[in-house]
Amino acid sequence: MTTWLDGLLILMVLTGFLLLGSSRLAESIRMVAMQGLALGFLPILLHSDEIGIRLILLSLGSMALKGLLFPRLLLRAAREARIKREIEPFVGFTMSLLTGIAIIWISFWLSSRLPLTESIRSTLIVPGALFMTLTGFFLIVSRKIAISQVLGYLVMENGVFVFGVAMAKDQPWLIELGVLLDVFVAVFVMGITIFHINREFDHIDSDRLANLKDSDS
Amino acid sequence: MIIEQSLSMIFPLLLAPLMLGLINRTKAFFAGRVGQPLLQVYFDLFKLLKKGAVYSRTTSWIFQGGPMIGLAAFIASLLMVPFGGVPALISFAGDFILLAYLLALARFFVVLAALDTGSSFEGMGASREVTFSTFAEPVFFIAMFALARLSNGASLSEFLASQPRLWAPNIPLFFLISIAVFVVLLAENARIPVDDPNTHLELTMIHEVMVLDHSGPDLAFILYGSALKLWIFGAILMGVLIPIKVEPTILGQVTALAGMAVLSIAIGLVESIMARLKLGRIPPLLIGAAGCALFALLLVLRGHP
Repeated sequence: MTTWLDGLLILMVLTGFLLLGSSRLAESIRMVAMQGLALGFLPILLHSDEIGIRLILLSLGSMALKGLLFPRLLLRAAREARIKREIEPFVGFTMSLLTGIAIIWISFWLSSRLPLTESIRSTLIVPGALFMTLTGFFLIVSRKIAISQVLGYLVMENGVFVFGVAMAKDQPWLIELGVLLDVFVAVFVMGITIFHINREFDHIDSDRLANLKDSDS
Repeated sequence: MIIEQSLSMIFPLLLAPLMLGLINRTKAFFAGRVGQPLLQVYFDLFKLLKKGAVYSRTTSWIFQGGPMIGLAAFIASLLMVPFGGVPALISFAGDFILLAYLLALARFFVVLAALDTGSSFEGMGASREVTFSTFAEPVFFIAMFALARLSNGASLSEFLASQPRLWAPNIPLFFLISIAVFVVLLAENARIPVDDPNTHLELTMIHEVMVLDHSGPDLAFILYGSALKLWIFGAILMGVLIPIKVEPTILGQVTALAGMAVLSIAIGLVESIMARLKLGRIPPLLIGAAGCALFALLLVLRGHP
């Protein structure tokens, strides 16, 4: 069972890497969708001895939300805005990947210093969660296009979710918190979409979301 | 045992060019063409060997020696590559370092030979080749370190001999390592996402441009050498990817041969469905592979699982 668990976590870290290195928006969105789907299996694998209706609902809910709904919304937003790729992020893709390597190192180091309870099933969970959270942060600050930033936010939230699920037995409220954050993300995503559609009406040439703030012309 | 060990030396010498043929056939199939015969590379080799070589007056002995030294280095490094669960003919602690540097030596002389022609065109290819190999080499080393730590061995044969035992609990690890090795394989052998072996456009080529001035037997050496190099990386990848532990070891070798055929088809597949990456996008690809390898190394260092 831990092999599957580790496989899932490694998959999530790999998607994180692909996100750091890819400039194509559609590809990035699909990566986040895959991460969301993988995330859905996590609670089932982690608490395989006590599968209940609540657990399955949680899994299915997060899979539907993160694997299907968000990606569709984001793909739509990208299509409407006619944005295909992140052209010039603040930090280049090579540097982003190097940062990703540094983040992996940091998360392993941090997780080796954290005192943890026995309930953590796999030694990979904490570093994986930290990696995703930090990668999310990094994506938010280093990318220019709003959709990429939302993706970063989603990745960060996925990290929080992983951490929460690992602790779920001890602290159920963490899961509630995760769900709350999910809802928030949904609102966030919708906000961007609507904002964008608004934008479409008064501007045809909205290739760049990044200069929304200071372009009144 | 010695028979099997020698066999794993004879296989590449005989069959390595076949891999190139298989790749070409796969690509032709996907392009809807019939393609060249499977043995075309052998025909090319014989044709080239029969021809005489032409040397420019501006070149020196380096230009003539480059291909020979390259081929010698590849054959020497083949001695250290285990194949299909059979240990290599020569194995000692740290042989993977010698392997990496033999490959680097071969590259060094091909690059020198390219520079020796004095053509700016070849210099450009040489500069690219060297740049990308700077990225590819660390990936290979990190992957090897991860294998070393995992298997508590110090030579390639030891790494891959303990692989079947370690396989089941460490599938994700071996998967990560094989991603890294596969990317290195594509980069080192000038295959498509990094370099297009068919192109003859100055903007795109890396490896092909360096060997433009070679002719006759020298070109044959280079062609044969690149087939052997593909085999070297392929054999290492097979060792990491397939847990072969069959008692009559010849069976293991047959399995590995089948694996090599599948690998060739996979490379052909990658070449058919992917476009060559922009030059600027190649370092991120290799750094991504380095990330995979490093991740595996970190996991192993933590004693995981």
